[in-house]
Amino acid sequence: MGPDGDVIAFKLNGKEVTARVAPHHTLVEVLRNEFGLFGARESCGQGLCGCCTVLVDGQAVSGCLYLGALVAGAEVGTVESLARDGELSCVQQAFVECGAFQCGFCTPGFVMMASQLLERNPDPDEGEIRDYLAGNLCRCATYPQVVEAVRCAASRQRESAIHSIHFKTDKEEDKHHA
Amino acid sequence: MSQDIPLASGGVGSSTPRLESHAKVTGKAEYIHNLRLPGMLHGKIFRSSVAHGRILGIDTRAAQAVPGVHAVVTGEDVLRVIPDPYYGPAFHDQPILALGKVRYIGEPVAVVLAADPHVAEEAAALIEAEYEELPAVFDEIEATNSEAIVHEELRPAGTFPDLKHLKGRKNTNIGLDFRLRRGDVESAFARAEHVFEHRFRVQPVMHVPLEPFVSAAEPGDRCLTIHSATQMPSFVRIEIARLLGWPDSQVRVKSALLGGGFGAKVYIKLEALVAALALIAQRPVKISLRMEEQFYTITNHAATVRIKSGVNAAGKITARHCEVWWNGGAYADIGPRITQKSGFTAAGPYDIEHVHIDSYAMYTNLPPAGAMRGFGVPQLVWAYESHTDMIARALGMDPLEFRMRNILRDGREHATGTVMRDTPIDRVLAQLAERMRRQGPLDRGQGSVRRGRGIAVGIKASISPTTSMAMVTVAADGSASVFSNTVDMGQGSDTAMAQIVAQALGIPVSMVRTVRPDTAVVPYDMGTLGSRSTFHMGHALRAAAEDARRQLDAMKAEVGLAPDAAIPIGGLFLRRFGMRGAGNVTGTGTYTPRYAPVDPETGLSPDITPYWMTGAAGAEVEVDTETGHVTVTRLVNVADAGRAINPRIVDSQLSGASIMQLGATLYEHMQFAQGELTNGALAYYKIPGMHDIPASIESGLVEAEQHSGPFGAKGVGESASFGVSPAIANAIEDAIGVRLTELPLTPEVVYRALRAKDGRALTEE
Repeated sequence: MGPDGDVIAFKLNGKEVTARVAPHHTLVEVLRNEFGLFGARESCGQGLCGCCTVLVDGQAVSGCLYLGALVAGAEVGTVESLARDGELSCVQQAFVECGAFQCGFCTPGFVMMASQLLERNPDPDEGEIRDYLAGNLCRCATYPQVVEAVRCAASRQRESAIHSIHFKTDKEEDKHHA
Repeated sequence: MSQDIPLASGGVGSSTPRLESHAKVTGKAEYIHNLRLPGMLHGKIFRSSVAHGRILGIDTRAAQAVPGVHAVVTGEDVLRVIPDPYYGPAFHDQPILALGKVRYIGEPVAVVLAADPHVAEEAAALIEAEYEELPAVFDEIEATNSEAIVHEELRPAGTFPDLKHLKGRKNTNIGLDFRLRRGDVESAFARAEHVFEHRFRVQPVMHVPLEPFVSAAEPGDRCLTIHSATQMPSFVRIEIARLLGWPDSQVRVKSALLGGGFGAKVYIKLEALVAALALIAQRPVKISLRMEEQFYTITNHAATVRIKSGVNAAGKITARHCEVWWNGGAYADIGPRITQKSGFTAAGPYDIEHVHIDSYAMYTNLPPAGAMRGFGVPQLVWAYESHTDMIARALGMDPLEFRMRNILRDGREHATGTVMRDTPIDRVLAQLAERMRRQGPLDRGQGSVRRGRGIAVGIKASISPTTSMAMVTVAADGSASVFSNTVDMGQGSDTAMAQIVAQALGIPVSMVRTVRPDTAVVPYDMGTLGSRSTFHMGHALRAAAEDARRQLDAMKAEVGLAPDAAIPIGGLFLRRFGMRGAGNVTGTGTYTPRYAPVDPETGLSPDITPYWMTGAAGAEVEVDTETGHVTVTRLVNVADAGRAINPRIVDSQLSGASIMQLGATLYEHMQFAQGELTNGALAYYKIPGMHDIPASIESGLVEAEQHSGPFGAKGVGESASFGVSPAIANAIEDAIGVRLTELPLTPEVVYRALRAKDGRALTEE
């Protein structure tokens, strides 16, 4: 790879993309400079605050430390992918309703991690929520409201999951009857 | 008028979600952090490595030679565009880049400009400076008589009349010597049944906004636009125009949502530097600090407080003398205002006949100290509420009862002579006590686990003299735009202001938009600081909205409608202008509270503040006596919010401020070795995270209408920071019988105190 970098291809929020990436550019820089995505943002620069959280092949990484070139061929997900057609995800909606942010600078990182938590553990208790979000810092200290939002999102997701199971079962029964 | 209007949807008193909620959870919120300008250069700063020294030379050759470097700029270069490049709100003491001398480790000495920030950073590391080192002073007490003199001559800015007498003063590190004299403390001490004297210290901490300082400047045709993550767009404009010798109208300052402020982003931080750089380079210049660099930009004030009280046989405090030394670092910033404005509250929320206060703003060779959430009040409450508890214990009195016996009630005079109004300190304390009791008797633990409870209460004066101005336009469809230079840094001001305007206009809050702060189109406002905006800007906006309403009423008359005619605003505009969408009304409002300046000799004033803020905290702690580790298991905050405009946002302001103060109480500590910061990064400087939140945290409001406030409201952003530190120290003494007088209360400090109490003191090593 030359000093100006190589063109790499990867999947960004579900779309195939290419970008010229210099070897020293971080993933956050690539997202900002090449794609105008500002949701993942550098704050502490040490991978400790979680403001730069990005998913690479489904794994949360610190985008301020992760070299951009390493995402060649990978699937990258950012906070910008969570809302579909302007409709907020369940976690985002819960953050809004519970007032789970103040300045909002750390919020995309919290939303990303909370979403990943609920994918892996649909019914986390408070201790599990705190553990999972321990790598995200919020200087406004909106932590109690974040915990509340994650619990609220979890219970809604479980309800809608139960609802969709019933729905599916009903349909299957219909098919059976038919 | 508008109080008769029924609750507008999302209006005053409703916990409507923040207006910018969608943008914040989707990552699309606009911060200056995101800003990119065409042709923009990035600046990277080369900083001083000595605490105090004369600059003998700066070798920039290697940096200049790096391919891609546009320019390397030093203090001498700045003189070409700004001949007198010293700024500051209280003193014109801070050079844009060091000139002649450096005064602290980390002071900006030179800047490399390059289109690629990595190139600028690499080149900045190649700069070398040579200094002749001078004696340096770091401690605020030593600074009072040190051979190290930080500034050869004091240069008051002229903004504050009480600094005039310091002009031209030499051979001193005292940037302000504020005194308050009420009664005669010495004879009262002589008459007192008991006299208590204690000394307390507060460590230096940093605000750590997660959006680090960032500013950009864009030169134009006889004008300069500054984009800055600032809490004070109007001040930045005035100060930059002064530095340049330009009319204010040629400097435009735009702000955006801030990724946290907490007082760090007030007055001038990077703005003067980017202004100079943009004029030198004739290109837009942006400087985005790294997290580490924030610690070299501004800190809170470390402080030493000595406090002496006389108490009579009935348990009434009769006299108090407070001496406070504020460690202001190398540049005054707003330190002298803290020294005076918070200084006059140093005796606490108590009704004391004889009060003397001496409060000193000290220059030292540390990074500049300035405003931080609470504006010096948390330091003072730490001292007076620890002291109060120590007295109660010594007298064998219940700490709550002792406080209640001495509390300052409405109608009584504060030490300054200002009569207290709408300040329910007693009710705040009573609610706190009630909430603490709800949990029932405390399990005090056994063996190596001990538990205790503590409480504390503090007050803060709001700001005066001060002015907010605002504008509200109502469009032909009845929607409204708010033109306010109040900056939303997370405190929810955009939402609260929209609620106030919605209420005053009688329209749903969804019809109100806030225009981002921009001095070219938005009227003057002193700044977003000191929890002043809800009150001051709220007043100005309510007046502006009511002005707009009056114009709408006048419009009714113009088209021949009765004043009470029910017609939608859209219909009214159509009748008046005869064309769909045409026209708008513009209401303006101004608010300047009453104020009587303090007497320079006595520090007294009959009208020192438009309102007081009260915050109390209660803590339950668990101490591990084998390790000294303190766990706060329960934290209760009670504050007086006047009438809450948005209760949910108020609640998160209270919990947020208290958790921030929890960090400063238990572990945050900027550690200096001979002026060199050794832990200026989040890897070494821990701020509270998820696991640091007490298992139980609750907030309560005393909704005592502030009769002079807009819709009865007052500011609340700082109140929950006041009592946390002493409440925890008081709880620790309750748990393990040791008294800690220096922050932070780390396990090491607690363990050492326990060992000393047992007569087995540890040596320093």
